[in-house]
Amino acid sequence: MAAKTFKRKDGRKPEEFRKPISAKVGIIPNADGSAMWQSGKTIAIAAVYGPKELHPRNQRDPAAGILRCNYNMLSFSVTDRIRPGPSRRSTEISKIMEWALEPVLLIDKFQSMVIDVHVNIIQADAGTRCAAINAAAMALAHAGIPMKSLVSSIAAGKLDKTVVLDLDKYEDSEFEEGEGSTDIPMTFTPDGKLTHIQIDGKISKEQLKQAIELAKNAAKEIYEVQKKALKEANKK
Amino acid sequence: MTDRKIVIPGEVIVKGNDFLPGEGTERNGEEIVALRYGLAEESNKLVKIIPLSGPYLPRRGNVVIGKVENITFNGWVLDIGTAETTFLSLTEVPRYVNKDGLDEVMDFGDMAVAKIWTINKRGIDLTIKGRGLGKIDEGIIVKINPNKVPRIIGKEGSMIKMIKDETNCNITVGQNGLIWIKGDKVEDELFAKRAINFVSDKSFISGLTEEVQKWFEKESKGEKNNGS
Repeated sequence: MAAKTFKRKDGRKPEEFRKPISAKVGIIPNADGSAMWQSGKTIAIAAVYGPKELHPRNQRDPAAGILRCNYNMLSFSVTDRIRPGPSRRSTEISKIMEWALEPVLLIDKFQSMVIDVHVNIIQADAGTRCAAINAAAMALAHAGIPMKSLVSSIAAGKLDKTVVLDLDKYEDSEFEEGEGSTDIPMTFTPDGKLTHIQIDGKISKEQLKQAIELAKNAAKEIYEVQKKALKEANKK
Repeated sequence: MTDRKIVIPGEVIVKGNDFLPGEGTERNGEEIVALRYGLAEESNKLVKIIPLSGPYLPRRGNVVIGKVENITFNGWVLDIGTAETTFLSLTEVPRYVNKDGLDEVMDFGDMAVAKIWTINKRGIDLTIKGRGLGKIDEGIIVKINPNKVPRIIGKEGSMIKMIKDETNCNITVGQNGLIWIKGDKVEDELFAKRAINFVSDKSFISGLTEEVQKWFEKESKGEKNNGS
């Protein structure tokens, strides 16, 4: 297989994710729930406020609660300063986060209320939406929001002809050998069901299946890290 | 016997058909699954989850402390720290109130101890009919994390009784995390406030009652030394 001859720039194996992976819960005392997720050089912090009253009133849903996510990259999170404030990209990722998290939330009884999730990327090295979803899932659990389970997010992809896990910044945006790179961020529940998948690039049906399997197994490890962080949150 | 451990959403707490799912849990076939983050407690075959974090969730019958946010033609809107609008109706006040002078009974910014009477789709209704309920006239109010209220009260009220006895203050604990302290001297009230903050800071320790007992012994000695 091509996997044996293929070398990644940072020396990782194709099925290896970035190190270190670390998670911490309860980092923002003011918030109802908060969490930090680090995956390699990417760091995301999430804060959850609510359930609380929703303003403006016309956006209220009298039948169920609403999840409102806000993704933001801080201006110093990348080498070239990015312009602060909402952009087309951050609005899109905020919506993606809502879609990835909503299937596991049980917020029907919070009628006319909203749960706010604010995620800030303090350091970005690709895979920020996965880090954001991981942090948000932990922060929602920490805030005591009823949910079926956590969700764990990880990207798989394809570099030239090789299926790989967890692309970094170089692999995601600069890699141009052969067929180039494909990035597939995915979000899984602990029992292996998908709640979100995106594809940026080209990939064959067979290799897509391979990539999903690869990410599914990696998501289990991510879940264990999230679980451990939540369990150890109150030990001092 | 009670058995406690921290669980996360989706985690299986116990297996077997002889357990009953309580608050924050759900039955899934043979298993009882957690639906929220907290401490799982199993007693008399009933499994429930005690919240460790998150905002205050109102329950019927809870005694809460609120601040007057608005005055309407037939009652007061109170802020008790929840998303729902909280209303205290005129009819739930155990005295005659002149409809033109609601602000003479309770004005904007006044605090009151009230009980949650009903929770419905429109919001929460309060009552101040009952012993120990009503407007707060003097004393100080301390705010703590609502999840630590059970530790302040202690098993069958043991902790709060000890703080009351040691500080000679009258203390009313609202389930929403607001605590009203009323003593004869301001020093006593501030002492009680320090004691409450100590308990809330050390709430994760086991054997907390003994720890607080020691704290009181140390503090009361220090007070005497300062006095002489």
